[in-house]
Amino acid sequence: MTRALTRAAHALALPLLIVLVWEAAGRAGLVPPGILPAPSQVFAAWRLWAFGTPGFGLNPYVGTWVETVLFSMGRVFRGFAAAVVIGVPLGVLIGWSAFIARSIDPLIQGLRPIPITAWLPFAIAVFGIRDAGAIFLIGLGAFFPIVVNSAAGARDCPKNLVRAALMMGATQRQLLLRVVVPNAAPNIFVGMRLGMGIAWTAVIVAEIVAVKSGLGYVLWDAYYVGRMDVVIADMISIGIFGFLSDQVLVAVGHRVLAWKFARA
Amino acid sequence: MSVALRGVTKRFGAVTALDGIDLSIAEGEFACLLGPSGCGKSTLLNILAGFEAASGGEARVRGEAVRKPGPDRAVVFQEAALFPWASVLDNVTFGPRMAGRPRREAEDHARHLLALVGLSGFEGHLPDQLSGGMKQRVGIARALILKPKLFLMDEPFGALDAQTRMQMQELLLGVWGAEGGTVLFITHDIDEAIFLADTVHVMTARPGRLRSRTRIDLPRPRDLDVLTQPAFAAYKHDLLAQIREEAGRAQAAIAAAERAAG
Repeated sequence: MTRALTRAAHALALPLLIVLVWEAAGRAGLVPPGILPAPSQVFAAWRLWAFGTPGFGLNPYVGTWVETVLFSMGRVFRGFAAAVVIGVPLGVLIGWSAFIARSIDPLIQGLRPIPITAWLPFAIAVFGIRDAGAIFLIGLGAFFPIVVNSAAGARDCPKNLVRAALMMGATQRQLLLRVVVPNAAPNIFVGMRLGMGIAWTAVIVAEIVAVKSGLGYVLWDAYYVGRMDVVIADMISIGIFGFLSDQVLVAVGHRVLAWKFARA
Repeated sequence: MSVALRGVTKRFGAVTALDGIDLSIAEGEFACLLGPSGCGKSTLLNILAGFEAASGGEARVRGEAVRKPGPDRAVVFQEAALFPWASVLDNVTFGPRMAGRPRREAEDHARHLLALVGLSGFEGHLPDQLSGGMKQRVGIARALILKPKLFLMDEPFGALDAQTRMQMQELLLGVWGAEGGTVLFITHDIDEAIFLADTVHVMTARPGRLRSRTRIDLPRPRDLDVLTQPAFAAYKHDLLAQIREEAGRAQAAIAAAERAAG
């Protein structure tokens, strides 16, 4: 416990130092607050954004933080879930069957180099300025690492485990579900973590361009009206929720893959 | 005959690994296949297991031609090949569960077999938490639960230290005495072959052929004291001479191939 506290203190030392220097520079008038507001100003803006009473005036940065976060998280969740539901089975089948790999893998490898930013006009043209376009972009971005890692995990099933399952009478279906999939699970997990990271990148890009709500929308909107305090509070919010989604994945992964992580 | 191989041949490209193997194993017999490394012992086992197809000849187990792997021919692998994500109990019950047998019944059977191989209390452990010898005990229990026509053992104790290996040999004979079954056991360890087997088949260096068949008439049940008896020494003397000759022939062949290549 004390070791965990020491480590936490160690980890926080440098960020704290940066915040202090930044605050001091702001108070000394070394950085113009319109470009880089001091941490105390950012915090004050965030408090109003999160806890202020909305309704009077035209300021959209009062009391709207929670719904803004929920918009973005909802999109990340739906896009990510779609990427998992499509990417994991497809990846496992690509790793499992050489025929499926030859049929589908070239298409995936051909589309993969196109960055999700390049898909923006396509997404807007097809889905319009609606949630569907954002979810399409998020899902597409998360899909590639998930499908590629799932395929690699399914392909690398040790020959003797396959032979052991066959000599114990497993059918092809049982071999796939009881041996190939559990063997691929650690790779699938890595793919999901990478996919989650891309999902957060994609949601910000999509919200800047393709929808009118969420952390990405507020980020750009606040910049346009010169509210750098809100911009920075928004950036920190993105970082925190991106970090938390990864931590949730890691916690679930370590539970499901206890056999893998208990080894050390 | 439980096992009947007739003219089994296996070629990998230009290399002939097995050349016209005729081998019979009687019901309930413990047969050892002894040979220098690279002689094709494992290939022969893989053909009987159905992992590889013979290039010629045929392999029958209780009259039925071998076509694909199945639970009538249980394999114990050298590296155990347990599923690392599954508990000891789940590893042992894998076969019955795949066959649709009730889990409770399979687990009761598995607990009985784990007790037989001395692993009571380890049902919930993961393979990575076990020593090499313990993994092989799980591998043996996993094979026993299938009630196969034939046990195929591919140097199962080859990776173990000498002490553990002797323990496992005694354990295997104890289990075989209790459960019975027909066994084809592959090894390059002469002591192990004599100690375990009813019959020892010596293979030649590549291309693999059967060179000799020796009946081991040591009384059963055997324990490690057998290793110090004169009858044991006589068998060993004879088999050692054969293995030496084959190992020498294998080395000469490698040297000749190198000269030809160089």
